[in-house]
Amino acid sequence: MTATHSLLVSSLRLGYGDRTVIESLDLTLPPGKITAIVGANACGKSTLLRSMSRLLAPRAGHVLLDGREVHKMPAKELARTLGLLPQSPVAPEGITVSDLVGRGRNPHQRLLSRWSREDDAAVAAALDATHTADLADRSVDELSGGQRQRVWIAMALAQQTDLLLLDEPTTFLDVSHQVEVLDLLTDLNRNRGTTIVMVLHDLNMAARYADHLIALADGKLHAAGEPSAVLTEDCVRAVFGLDSQVITDPTSGKPLMLPLGRHHVAITRP
Amino acid sequence: MSTSLSPTLAAVTGSRVRRSRRRALVIGLLATLVVAAYGVNLMVGETFYPPSEIWRVILGETVPGASFTVGELRLPRATLAALAGFCFGMGGVTFQTMLRNPLASPDVIGITSGASAAAAFAIVVLGLTETGVSAFAIGAGLAVAIIVYTLSFRDGVAGTRLILIGIGIAAMLDSATAYVLSQAAQWDLQQAQRWLTGSLNGATWDETAQVALALLVLGPLLLGQARNLFMLQLGDDTAAALGVRLERTRIVVIVAAVGLLAFATAATGPIAFVAFLSGPIAARIIGSAGSLLVPAGLVGALLVLVADLIGQYAFDIRYPVGVVTGVLGAPYLVYLLIRTNRAGGSL
Ligand SMILES: Nc1ncnc2c1ncn2[C@@H]1O[C@H](COP(=O)(O)OP(=O)(O)OP(=O)(O)O)[C@@H](O)[C@H]1O
Ligand SMILES: [Mg+2]
Repeated sequence: MTATHSLLVSSLRLGYGDRTVIESLDLTLPPGKITAIVGANACGKSTLLRSMSRLLAPRAGHVLLDGREVHKMPAKELARTLGLLPQSPVAPEGITVSDLVGRGRNPHQRLLSRWSREDDAAVAAALDATHTADLADRSVDELSGGQRQRVWIAMALAQQTDLLLLDEPTTFLDVSHQVEVLDLLTDLNRNRGTTIVMVLHDLNMAARYADHLIALADGKLHAAGEPSAVLTEDCVRAVFGLDSQVITDPTSGKPLMLPLGRHHVAITRP
Repeated sequence: MSTSLSPTLAAVTGSRVRRSRRRALVIGLLATLVVAAYGVNLMVGETFYPPSEIWRVILGETVPGASFTVGELRLPRATLAALAGFCFGMGGVTFQTMLRNPLASPDVIGITSGASAAAAFAIVVLGLTETGVSAFAIGAGLAVAIIVYTLSFRDGVAGTRLILIGIGIAAMLDSATAYVLSQAAQWDLQQAQRWLTGSLNGATWDETAQVALALLVLGPLLLGQARNLFMLQLGDDTAAALGVRLERTRIVVIVAAVGLLAFATAATGPIAFVAFLSGPIAARIIGSAGSLLVPAGLVGALLVLVADLIGQYAFDIRYPVGVVTGVLGAPYLVYLLIRTNRAGGSL
């Protein structure tokens, strides 16, 4: 069982150049839980994740991990506690899968330390968990989008952090691999107590797999809480500008959002 | 602890051990080739001297003929070739790795051109000698690195923009070098060739010692960043998320690499394309396992030693080493430009 860590954001303002992307945001990420962040394109989800893992310094406010300012923590110490899988990572040309996954061990290694047995074990466990062991000696360039995505997730797993932030981990995956990745993250959460924070575009997957759902609109918090409380027709309209019907998913008991576009809708609109 | 390993763990360990053995083997092989090429450069020339006589010269004995030819001419020349080649290779692959683009090599983006122009200016106009020339070259190399970097910086460095700006600045600096040389009181063709293409003619022990010292001080500094540099291949965000301090790494690495390049350039001129070719050649033979700094340094040393041998003895006319490496490097540059154009369409 890993320790639970508190991660919270207070009066956070983020931006690039002279534009502000996130304006005064307050959030608490529940420790030991799975949190999903949803919101329209360009609303600042990736920006928020990057700031929580100290890649982007706040314009104002704080990101606090266990009460400590993330941006003042030693880089490697933070990287042993909190991992981030960026939205579209780039693999260097010709790198093999096991080499890429092995680089997730960087924060655990010292300048002159040799590669250890734990490093090998962590890489092997990450490959097994993501079903990429049979790809280990292949070059990352020649994998399919979905295989590549799983390899990147394996790299983040090899980092063995108690908190894991993932930016759209299921993009590029077919439906069965999406479910597999989300099941894998749930296993990680349940078996090891890893706190998971992920950006997802599929609201129904988010509602099903998350304990805690955060809806962002234009860099501001629209709603946060239990998926059944957050994922409502009003919320979908406010966040995405889309009419929808939200019913209860008979298979999970979680909310299920059915979009109402301009075509193929057989009911009378609310 | 269980004694039966999982098959995945066994495979991971096995392939890691295989890769590091292969890496050690390739580095050992490259080092052997460098030593062999160094030896040949000492033996071959107008007169052939066997290894036994060369060894006696190195031990400080007086050997008629060989003491001067080998001790005063060939030894400093070959030593400077190896050291400068190592500096170019290491400095070049540093930039290529940090900017994640083989085109972002210091001899393409103007850093060696800057060092060269400054060195020519320091000698021809200011009449400075070794230390002053090196200081000028380093200052100019750093200045160019900073200028190219800031000009192309817009919320993260864009590769193509940086390279285009760098190529433009390199062209400007090269014409500045040509202008400065045209102002020289005594027109010296060898000197001119040296600052435009790089040459080992007239290599002295003083110059060689300067480059050796630079390598001794800056080499370890750069090697200390090898792991961080290696992580930067994954992109800034991923590297930072894995505990790399980007700004600090960049500063240390740029200062150390520019220092190496500038010292080498001050001694030999900008030997064309060695910085540009060494990294990709090293990557091709060693794969993605581990840092490329030392392999690229060895490839650089080998390139300069072999090119100097070819330039001096393969043709009726003696060509400066930079002409030979230029002929080797130009087709690769064209190939990369064509490939970039096809892939990105952003050029
Ligand atoms: N490096 C950058 N420089 C300048 N602006 C940026 C940068 N990265 C993002 N932005 C801008 O910040 C805003 C928020 O971007 P962000 O990537 O956080 O959105 P997102 O919510 O993750 O969107 P998506 O769902 O498309 O991934 C956008 O308007 C984007 O153009
Ligand atoms: Mg995003």
